[in-house]
Amino acid sequence: MASQIKRPALKAVVIGVSAGGFKALHRILPMFRRDFELPVMVVQHRRADLESYLVESLNDRCQMSVKEPLDKTKIESGTIYIAPGGYHLLVEKDIADGCLYFALSVDPPVCYCRPSIDVLFESAAEVFGPSLLGVILTGANFDGSNGIKKIKSLGGITIAENPETAEVDYMPSYAIRTNAVDHIMNLDEIPCFIETIMKRVDGESE
Amino acid sequence: MNNVPSYPLHQRVMDIDDIEIKLILDAVQLKHGYDFTNYARASMKRRLNKIMEDSGLARLTDMIPLIIHDNDFFRFFLHSISVNVTEMFRDPPFFLSIRESIIPYLKTYPFIKIWAAGISTGEEIYSLAILFKEEGLDENIIIYATDFNDNVLEIAKRGIYSAADMRLNTANYQKSGGKESFAGYYHADYNSVIFDSSLKKNIVFANHNLVTDGVFGEMNMILCRNVLIYFNKILQDHVLELFSKSLRINGFLCLGTKESLEFSTSASLYETIDKTARIFKKKRDIICSIHKDDN
Repeated sequence: MASQIKRPALKAVVIGVSAGGFKALHRILPMFRRDFELPVMVVQHRRADLESYLVESLNDRCQMSVKEPLDKTKIESGTIYIAPGGYHLLVEKDIADGCLYFALSVDPPVCYCRPSIDVLFESAAEVFGPSLLGVILTGANFDGSNGIKKIKSLGGITIAENPETAEVDYMPSYAIRTNAVDHIMNLDEIPCFIETIMKRVDGESE
Repeated sequence: MNNVPSYPLHQRVMDIDDIEIKLILDAVQLKHGYDFTNYARASMKRRLNKIMEDSGLARLTDMIPLIIHDNDFFRFFLHSISVNVTEMFRDPPFFLSIRESIIPYLKTYPFIKIWAAGISTGEEIYSLAILFKEEGLDENIIIYATDFNDNVLEIAKRGIYSAADMRLNTANYQKSGGKESFAGYYHADYNSVIFDSSLKKNIVFANHNLVTDGVFGEMNMILCRNVLIYFNKILQDHVLELFSKSLRINGFLCLGTKESLEFSTSASLYETIDKTARIFKKKRDIICSIHKDDN
């Protein structure tokens, strides 16, 4: 190895969003191009009984395929996954074959929420380490800030939506206060930024 | 404090976590006989971290001496690591589907055996008992309600739950096609309610461990909802095979609404009856020699 310090290429993106999320996700997710190569895993706080509409509606508008994973669904690149309502969504790595897949849990809510952003972010950080990029968008909750800290502590990249332009500023502000956020930017800038740094880190790691 | 680069460090930290988890699970197995090695790793880790925090321990491995020497701690540990709190009539459309599609079919049998596996504190068992009673399946039916944890079986047997949960439970009951007044099934007393003991007359509560115990009867229906999500694929396959051996032909398998057969080796034995409610029907028996012939 040339250098230990070089950041490896990104392998996954996680996004956490709460109040204002329906609109924000409909804005940001269609901006990811059809050939975007990474899995994008999303926790949107929502009620379990109103679930199918969000996924269907996003799938109609996105270039990437949008799915709601089941327990043990294999994580595939180029797909957007929306956590099912009423379950925590976690990332698992198969010890035997190294395959990545989702696991669900009905453990108690975290930060009053199930799915919880922290649960997804923390489990994804443990599997992807420095190859993970985490994004906190609009919301009126403090969920996700522990997850952001975990991603940062394991060498990943962290982004918060600009609280000044976010529909609800509380959640990105709370994440920023952890001092674990690398970049603060407006919603519309995020997909393009991710595509750019994906390429950049690819080039650097060669 | 020296400047250690963050990524090589994380590799080492993750390894330490895995070592600690393995040592804890080994201690549990050696001292108490429970095998958690094939539980899903991410949820297990969260739960172990929670136990560590709740107990004021500095390290995961600090719980090992307690697991070995302190029975009160182990009760708490076992509860924290394995008990899934649920609600009555969780996923009302599932219970509606049982009511409308499955029960009319079950009624054609002279005697019905049902196995609810991993019942935890029993909310689902009382939901089922109420449903069967309302649909006239009160005689010639036996419901085996099993869990590997005797403490939760005791809670389930008592049938006492928090009064605060009854609002949600009542709403679920109504959405699931309930035909009576839900409050008629329990007696409220201050902060708790006790369910009518007549609901238990067809229920046999028994200790059964899905990891280590085997087939104990031929069932018309098996319910195991939101239990398999806590297992890894190896253990899921093992348990689904146990269910396949325990179900009669045309028997029903009911899983949690986000659990799937499609990733399992047992998938080909079943046809889907209700895709969203996750109700499957066993079409044929396992052919035991199939793996040997492949080699």
